[in-house]
Amino acid sequence: MKRLSRPAVWVFGAAALLGIGSATAGNAPTPSDAPRGKVHRLTSTQYAGIIADLFGSNVNIGGRFEPDQRVDGLIAVGSGQVSVSSAGLEQYDSMARSIASQVLAPDVRKSVMPCVPAAATAPDDACAAKFLAKTGAALFRRALTDTELKEQVTAANRAAVKAGDFYTGLSLALSSLLVAPEFLFRIEEVEADPDVKGGFRLNASSKAQRLSFFLWNALPDKELMTAAEKGELNSTKGLAKQVDRMLASPRLEDGVRAFFDDMLRLDGMDSVVKDATIFPKFDAQIGADAREQTLRTIANVVLAPKGDYRDIFTTKKTFLTPKLASIYRVPLANDAPIGAPDKWDAYEFPANDPRAGILMQTAFLTMNSHPGRTSATLRGKALREVILCQSVPPPPANVQFTIVQDTTNPQYKTARARLTAHSQSPACAGCHKIVDPIGLALENFDGGGAFRTNENGVALDTTGELDRVKFTNGEELGKVVRDNAATTACLVQRMSAYGLGQTPAQGQAAWIDGLKEAFAKDGYNVPALMRRLATSPEFYRAVSAAEKTTSTH
Amino acid sequence: MKTKLDRRTLLRGTMGGAAIAVGLPMLECFLNSNGDALAATGAALPVRFGSWFQHLGFIPGMWVPEKIGAGYHHNVQLEVLDDFRDRTNIFSGLRFSLDGRPHETHTSSVQIATTGIYGGGGPSFDSSIADVIGAHSRFRSLEVSLYGNRRSLSRRSATSLNPAEPSPVALYTRIFGAEFQDPNAADFKPDPVIMARQSVLSPITDRRQDLERKVSASDRRLLDEYFTGLREMEQKLSASLEKPAPLPSCSIPGQVKEAKPGTVIDDVAVNAVVFGRLLAYAMVCDQTRVFNVDIGSQGLRHAGSTFTWHTATHEEATDQKLGYQKEVHGFIASANKIFAEFLRTLESQKEGPSTVLDRTIIVWQTDHGDARTHSLENVPLLTVGSAGGRFKTGLHIAAPADPYSRVSLTVQQAMGVPISSWGDRSNQTSKTFTEMLA
Repeated sequence: MKRLSRPAVWVFGAAALLGIGSATAGNAPTPSDAPRGKVHRLTSTQYAGIIADLFGSNVNIGGRFEPDQRVDGLIAVGSGQVSVSSAGLEQYDSMARSIASQVLAPDVRKSVMPCVPAAATAPDDACAAKFLAKTGAALFRRALTDTELKEQVTAANRAAVKAGDFYTGLSLALSSLLVAPEFLFRIEEVEADPDVKGGFRLNASSKAQRLSFFLWNALPDKELMTAAEKGELNSTKGLAKQVDRMLASPRLEDGVRAFFDDMLRLDGMDSVVKDATIFPKFDAQIGADAREQTLRTIANVVLAPKGDYRDIFTTKKTFLTPKLASIYRVPLANDAPIGAPDKWDAYEFPANDPRAGILMQTAFLTMNSHPGRTSATLRGKALREVILCQSVPPPPANVQFTIVQDTTNPQYKTARARLTAHSQSPACAGCHKIVDPIGLALENFDGGGAFRTNENGVALDTTGELDRVKFTNGEELGKVVRDNAATTACLVQRMSAYGLGQTPAQGQAAWIDGLKEAFAKDGYNVPALMRRLATSPEFYRAVSAAEKTTSTH
Repeated sequence: MKTKLDRRTLLRGTMGGAAIAVGLPMLECFLNSNGDALAATGAALPVRFGSWFQHLGFIPGMWVPEKIGAGYHHNVQLEVLDDFRDRTNIFSGLRFSLDGRPHETHTSSVQIATTGIYGGGGPSFDSSIADVIGAHSRFRSLEVSLYGNRRSLSRRSATSLNPAEPSPVALYTRIFGAEFQDPNAADFKPDPVIMARQSVLSPITDRRQDLERKVSASDRRLLDEYFTGLREMEQKLSASLEKPAPLPSCSIPGQVKEAKPGTVIDDVAVNAVVFGRLLAYAMVCDQTRVFNVDIGSQGLRHAGSTFTWHTATHEEATDQKLGYQKEVHGFIASANKIFAEFLRTLESQKEGPSTVLDRTIIVWQTDHGDARTHSLENVPLLTVGSAGGRFKTGLHIAAPADPYSRVSLTVQQAMGVPISSWGDRSNQTSKTFTEMLA
């Protein structure tokens, strides 16, 4: 430690001198705590989407992604806190080589190659440069610098010589672009904000990226890139023009779906396992369909003209595949030929059907259950944490579950009976009281999502209350959730964090509060909220480290 | 801190610099009379490390041996490990401390067990060991999950998590696929495509400084981790351009069957043996020296049953005649049997006069002293194997209220990790278990 102190003092002194020097020279000094750009690892969905956009959806990605990590409720935030491990990079590398060889395979390369090499067995720098400049710019979300392009061409050349084949060389150069940090990470860059003294904002191309990933969950398109290059995103009018264009595009649906997939943790459907004996209908296809059903239901509500976010908890309208329909006991003819992809039909539950809203859909019900039965606790906890943005404290240490253990008690036949036992213990009661009643309202739906009126021969009691508002069943719970102020506040909070790629800083609290009010004024219309976020200068402001909140997870 | 250079250190240093180029043939005739070192140089054969994580612990009163020290007899839940008793150390009395922070059940204690830190802020101890003993094998470490999940408990840092492989077929391809170089192949020709791959990767590193300048210090760490991975990949490529040293015990296993994904405990038992065999082959061929296994206890269940091991720990009534939870005991017994079969698989892989297990130490960890109550006291821990004689075995070590980290510190130090303490706050320790050091 001692040895370090002297250079540290020297560095400090030098920095102070530089500061004084530049201040006297009239340039604004760059303070050492000036905000810098944020780094996000592409999520698996973004990676797959970009490859499909650039090279067509026939390209098989084939590899395994590093697991995404959720922080403060969102993968979009977690992606700013994870790196690529060595094992992960190895996977990216093998995916990259496989993608590159598919893209440049003899029978398909015509569609991506802007030129034909002089000889297929030797390097052709001019042709390689054409391809790499075009593809590189798309992958890096900016034009390659001259040096970068030269390096890529040289690398392709060397590789072509070593392999004795032009396309092998080019394919390896392409694969190196696909494992480059500029592709795997979104690296935002900041610049001094001329409109705010001492303030910083994202530079134009980073603005375009943030905007595009927020609204479309995809790379900026050509028009947005051009607008960014021309500096149009720095004017209120220019920015609004791009935002409105993007909101009007059908690609908005991709963005909206990606957001809700993240917020509702629907990626969890990938790992839902149900016991095959107890829930014979449930399989991986049902899991995938259930995820899609919830996304379609939401998109249908929130993207409708004047769509109101709150209605996703009460809507009777949904979409079903024949397979999914069997869980809902809805007769839906499967007239598609065998092997054809799932056919989706719009469906409206009759008024007297117990189901309404996304909480009573297979995705929410099965994801928050055990493999062999329901879990009112898991469902209640998910509702609190995911939909209402509330946190449920973890169980205390060293609790005796004596009541549940008491063998003189009769067998608990229903979840309510089991959980009542829990909540009679004071140590458990605190938390179980805030999660169980809302979960118990959904007990009419079993761990596989099917409707039932009793469990083990005992009729189910689905009454309860949420924040002192009473309900008697799932459908009423949906209405109570719809009208709870936390529901809409949560959406604003999550959507802001999602767009920013980080939990809003403490200094942004007033801005978020303003958005919450505006959301109400806009009739809880999601695209209107997206527009307010995307056109706000605050959305692109670079937040200094001092303003940041520390994550709780 | 090492102060003198012995032959072993020197050789290790040389290998560190020149990696495979030195090339040490492991022919048995070159081994010394004990078979544990090379006769000519005294250089040790590779030592290996494995971790095994089995959530939900054991039932109190059913696992601690009566006798302390050597010559103990297994208590009922560990009887299934009798065949390995002379190679096993059992630690009782160890604990996790929360220091007043909230108890995220099944999470906080896992973090403390693997990283020594509440919240899991640092590298897991297996990863520190891999940095030392795994630095020059093809894979620094291999993470496998027996129950279909991709998350592993191994991490280089809080932001760099090592993904687990749930598929034996994918693991087989990764180790013994096209990029595997048979150390015993008669002819060796450097692959021009590998050279070409090297040349396309090299410009990336040149851009590192430019990139890192743009981002904040905390995000620079993310990029640093990426570049560490890149450097390892490049090292691997250059290593594969050198003829590997022959390893007479190395052979390529036959193709493996795909695992049954999921959480049915009988499937997990099958997966454990399939993965164990693959790892054993990988180690004999010196593709890796470190492995990490997560058995996935939390969600394990029997086919057709409405409860899982985890829900059973909280909901099953204690059988009044037996005095314990019957189903939970059943799960523990099955999981311990799975562990025993995994060990047997490593033992059956011969390597000269010894077996893969002989050259390995496996640290078995768990998260609770009593899963029923989420207790953090008297949490079981086992080690199996002597890592080629570095550790004494066959001991029951009672260490009431000592931090759990004490074992991971001991093992890390013995494997050459240059640290003097491990863990933080009350989970921090600088005391090792000298009684287990050979």
